[in-house]
Amino acid sequence: MTDLNSLKYTAEHEWVALEGDVATVGITDYAADKLGDVVYVDLPGVGTSVTANEVSGEIESTKSVGELYAPLDGEIVEINDAVVSDPSLVNSDAFGEGWLVKIKVDPAAVEALLDRAAYVALTDDDA
Amino acid sequence: MTEPIDGAAALRVTPLHERHAALGASFTDFGGWSMPVRYTSDLAEHHAVRTAAGLFDISHMAQFGVAGPDREAFLAYALAFDPAKLALSKAKYTMILAPTGGIIDDLIVTRNAEDQFLIVANAGNRDAVREALNDRREGFDAELIELDDALIAVQGPRAQEILEATAGLVHDDALAMGHTLDTLPYYTAMGMRFGDGAVLVSRTGYTGEDGFELSVDADDAGALWDAVRTAGEPFGLVPAGLAARDTLRLEAGMPLYGHELSLDIVPAQAGLGRVVPLKTKEADFVGRSALASVVATDAPVLVALVAEGRRAGRAGYAVLGADGERVGEITSGALSPTLGHPVAMAFVAPSASEPGTELFIDVRGNRIPATVTTLPFYKRNAK
Repeated sequence: MTDLNSLKYTAEHEWVALEGDVATVGITDYAADKLGDVVYVDLPGVGTSVTANEVSGEIESTKSVGELYAPLDGEIVEINDAVVSDPSLVNSDAFGEGWLVKIKVDPAAVEALLDRAAYVALTDDDA
Repeated sequence: MTEPIDGAAALRVTPLHERHAALGASFTDFGGWSMPVRYTSDLAEHHAVRTAAGLFDISHMAQFGVAGPDREAFLAYALAFDPAKLALSKAKYTMILAPTGGIIDDLIVTRNAEDQFLIVANAGNRDAVREALNDRREGFDAELIELDDALIAVQGPRAQEILEATAGLVHDDALAMGHTLDTLPYYTAMGMRFGDGAVLVSRTGYTGEDGFELSVDADDAGALWDAVRTAGEPFGLVPAGLAARDTLRLEAGMPLYGHELSLDIVPAQAGLGRVVPLKTKEADFVGRSALASVVATDAPVLVALVAEGRRAGRAGYAVLGADGERVGEITSGALSPTLGHPVAMAFVAPSASEPGTELFIDVRGNRIPATVTTLPFYKRNAK
């Protein structure tokens, strides 16, 4: 079970797990819940350069389409084929099997993201 | 039933609201009512209706009783259908039209007693329908009573068995208008006893499955909901929200007011020309003269579109012809949960409306090929 407190977060409801200089990115259970049943994910290709806070893909549910923002600058090194074939993983395991992309990043940039407490406070304000 | 839930939002709630909240439902504002959009998952609720049954609270819909010596003549004038042809216990899908022939609402009218009719209208059009009906009542000795009864739908292949197993819902010859649950035909209603009161059970629905819509006194709604849920559990009955309701009706090819139907279109544009009995109905009715005159042949018509892949065109997306020119717009669309591919309804130029025509849908900048087909997308297996 992922330790949610060890993750970093963004205001666009993404979570980030850093290992060395590779950040694994997904969307939070809060975002997945708001979207409803995810039926399609559109991810950037491996090798694509992404820019922090810019739209890099889409995540589509039965009822709506949400934009996927890159949480950090970097290069996509891996995408989750399992979630492309089975988008419902985002709903069933947002922090685990439902991960979306891995980005090669500057580790220092991850520090600037929200910690668990700050993210939870943000979603409480939203509710 | 009419209490707002808080001062700021002032949304109306149904008698079943607390139950939905207790089930963990997510709510949405629909036509001024706080209604459950989903309880667990849109897809799970959709699939349950197709394989077992779903339980819907549709009490936000408007229900009107029509009575009085001139009730039939009044309805003949006010609405598109011919009440003279509606026998006791029968229900009819029809429309209330503007003088232009445009659609104010689509409705179901039932002759629910020898001396009455019941009209069920869309929640979003409650005020418009009430106003039009009252205006048109002038000069007729007829009463229009807005009811605050609850409306509960049980939809799915197991729906009949579930109602037959529902404790307290009892057959009563005095109310049944000659039917039993088993023999009740489609678009027909019967009364049943529930506790001290009565329930009007109609074999109608908005999902494409067998099913029933139950009209019951607001005070009995909670007990009826609970009794149906208890009886339904072993059959796989689940509460289902508006999200599932929308994908179900889309697959079944049923129009939704505000999407496929509006004041700006006449029935024939939406494929509903034959719902208006111009040839056989003698009485004049509002909208008759407009419909009887020739409709411009370039008026957009409603078509069904299917596509491959999983990116669905949604309401408002453009429909393009082979040359990339815009030929129309999607009114409703989704990735069909039951069929597994995108389905949509769209208004397009008549020249692009022939089944088999290859078109494109603009899905957020991507041109997705789509083919014109005929409704419905999904049809249940005939019993």
